[in-house]
Amino acid sequence: MPRIGVITFPGSLDDRDAQRAIRRAGAESVALWHGEHDLQGVDAIVLPGGFSYGDYLRAGAIASHAPIMAEVIDAANKGMPVLGICNGFQMLAEARLIPGAHTRNAHQQFIRRDQKMRVENASTDWTNGYAEGQEIVIPLKNADGRFIADDETIKRIEGNGQVVFRYLDVNPNGSINDIAGVSNERGNVVGLMPHPEHATEPGFGPDTDDAMRSGVDGLVFFSSAITALLKV
Amino acid sequence: MPTIVVEVMPKAELLDPQGKAVAGALARLGKSEFTAVRIGKRFELTVDGPVDAALLAEVDALALDLFSNSVIEDVVSVTVLEGVAGETH
Repeated sequence: MPRIGVITFPGSLDDRDAQRAIRRAGAESVALWHGEHDLQGVDAIVLPGGFSYGDYLRAGAIASHAPIMAEVIDAANKGMPVLGICNGFQMLAEARLIPGAHTRNAHQQFIRRDQKMRVENASTDWTNGYAEGQEIVIPLKNADGRFIADDETIKRIEGNGQVVFRYLDVNPNGSINDIAGVSNERGNVVGLMPHPEHATEPGFGPDTDDAMRSGVDGLVFFSSAITALLKV
Repeated sequence: MPTIVVEVMPKAELLDPQGKAVAGALARLGKSEFTAVRIGKRFELTVDGPVDAALLAEVDALALDLFSNSVIEDVVSVTVLEGVAGETH
């Protein structure tokens, strides 16, 4: 059974939810600690959501320099699947594992909504279980979610298929080109603002046409990683 | 004790929501002489000992690596203040 680690930082909020999502998808979840230099032999890593270090300096910036991030960066560069959710997405950008950066939402307010988005790249380690172009609904909640990069970078990542998710109907934070999530060139590192771990269990997910809170579109992130790991 | 001051600003071409909010407040106060506001960050690093070229080089590196994110911000100055921070101008 693949072992997927979830790193807890000071101020992480959704580490337990991510661990639960990993177990529901059929992998073993391993709790990792930011202050250690030990990945405990995991096969993949999730950087969870929250407000590490109170978003001081810049969201994700201080956490991206945590001791364990040296091992995360090394493993990511060698091809280990790494998923950054919300604050984890910001850490990936601060660690330069993915292109771009985040600023405060353009409307300057925190936002929480069930967000529709389109899967633009279904070949990454975290999206291989989706169909290209599939529309999914995943809860979103952030204050610093506006993804930006310079024109040249945007052109490059759009051309490379590194834009993995795009917001549909509403752009909740002013991200360039409605970008909700991106990957590195290799496709093993993926970051996004919405929270797939909050859409993995009937009764606790977003509303769907079928029933209230029945949305489980996020489970495919974690089952995709398992597929990617078993393929190796 | 000397203090090293690092100043960081959001890149000029980027939307600065904080500055925009303050500019809106100025307009509401009737201060029409100000057409824009941008807000940056100032870091004051207190040093125990003399500031030499090696230490300044280290601060330059930290300014780029930690205090700012080059995707969205520019380091606009690194300066040395003698005496206690807040007493000098």
